[in-house]
Amino acid sequence: MADQNCLIANEWICGEYVRTRGAELTDATLQHIGITLGSVAIGLLLAFPLALLARRWRAVAGPVLGLTTILYTVPSLAMFSLLLPVFGVSVAVVVTGLVLYSLTILVRNILAGLASVPEEAREAARGMGYGPARLLFEVELPLALPAVMAGLRITTVSTVSLTTVGAIIGYGGLGNLIYEGMRSFFKAQVLTASVLCVALAIVADLTLLGAQRLLTPWTRKRRKVKT
Amino acid sequence: MGVIGDAWTWLVTGEHWSGADGVWHRLGQHLFLTAACLVISCAIALPIALVLGHLGRGGALAVNISNAGRAVPTFAVLVLLLLSPLGTHGSWPTIIALVLFAIPPLLTNAYVGMREVDRDVVEAARGMGMSGRQLVGRVELPLAFPLIMTGVRTAAVQVVATATLAALPGGGGLGRIITAGFRLTDTPQVVAGAVLVAALALLVEGVFVVLTKALDPMRRRGGRARGPAERPPADQAPTAPKSLELT
Repeated sequence: MADQNCLIANEWICGEYVRTRGAELTDATLQHIGITLGSVAIGLLLAFPLALLARRWRAVAGPVLGLTTILYTVPSLAMFSLLLPVFGVSVAVVVTGLVLYSLTILVRNILAGLASVPEEAREAARGMGYGPARLLFEVELPLALPAVMAGLRITTVSTVSLTTVGAIIGYGGLGNLIYEGMRSFFKAQVLTASVLCVALAIVADLTLLGAQRLLTPWTRKRRKVKT
Repeated sequence: MGVIGDAWTWLVTGEHWSGADGVWHRLGQHLFLTAACLVISCAIALPIALVLGHLGRGGALAVNISNAGRAVPTFAVLVLLLLSPLGTHGSWPTIIALVLFAIPPLLTNAYVGMREVDRDVVEAARGMGMSGRQLVGRVELPLAFPLIMTGVRTAAVQVVATATLAALPGGGGLGRIITAGFRLTDTPQVVAGAVLVAALALLVEGVFVVLTKALDPMRRRGGRARGPAERPPADQAPTAPKSLELT
């Protein structure tokens, strides 16, 4: 009975809310994860060729970095609103906006990662008869991985938090619940959705950190020797 | 693209610019909120960052606060503050949210800027008998200036963006033009509002880039060894993994 009352009293923390609206919360969380994963994946797929182009031709590097920085300056509400007439009210608006934001940090970090590959490693690989493609995938990318993963973590965390703004067109994952809760002054819903959103960001960050540790065992060894 | 033409028509219609819901009034609110919150957050964050940076303490705090700021959704904080007891006090929820999100970039960049000052230069200044105050004022601050300004610029753009979001829970500012457009399902108005907001954000960014160049104390003294443009802003720098692990 005490739990029932917290819904009526509109308290911030309410166990009954989580119990009765479990399905709604799960749906919103799944939509949130879907939008984030989709945006980051597409962002990564676009950022790689862009970074490679920018590295290959200096003339491309300036415009690519400049444009992605300008895109990053556009506030999220404006970004989604500007994309609205292009896609209509659909999830594509939110995903495209988030992809455009992710490019800034991903392209920069991939470039920085590739630039940090020691020239000797490249020379050695070439001396062993590696072609350009094999050099890229087997030597340069693995060595660039720490910087790339750092960018991926920053991008993923900010994408999780920016997804909430998608609520203005109804595709904001947990943001939808926050928006709804704001209109009806439903405190438990706003707080639960906000906490879930932050938790999602932290879980995503830790997962990527774990993946980075697994993928780059050599950085761990080096650190042990140093300390 | 009829929408772009319609949005342009909306923008050049005089009556949309006047009155309480007009562009001029909303722009005034937006600029006032931005300026006020930027001043408040600088007054809070910069002294702390300069002291911590000078002493070389609290690095984990200065860096992690930036990561935490990224993970917490601005929109959620705005709504939470609105529903809290503060919500009944006019624009205070908005101002607090704006300041909260402006502090991380200010603190992190100013701290990193102070720490990145060449240690040899600091040692030399100490050897010349400079006191702590002189060291900060004459050596560390001028050398850290570009990064401190990067923080101020990032914070300013962040405040402009957050002030836009403040329109969702009913705050003032240019965002209201967008949210009103959504309510009226008037896409040209939504696009026109978005164009105005984007233009304002880019303008603020541009103004701070110019200001940084014009005010740089090292500019008149033969320039810097390496320009600030050669490295990415600290909050995007690829060194993030090292600092993230300070926890």
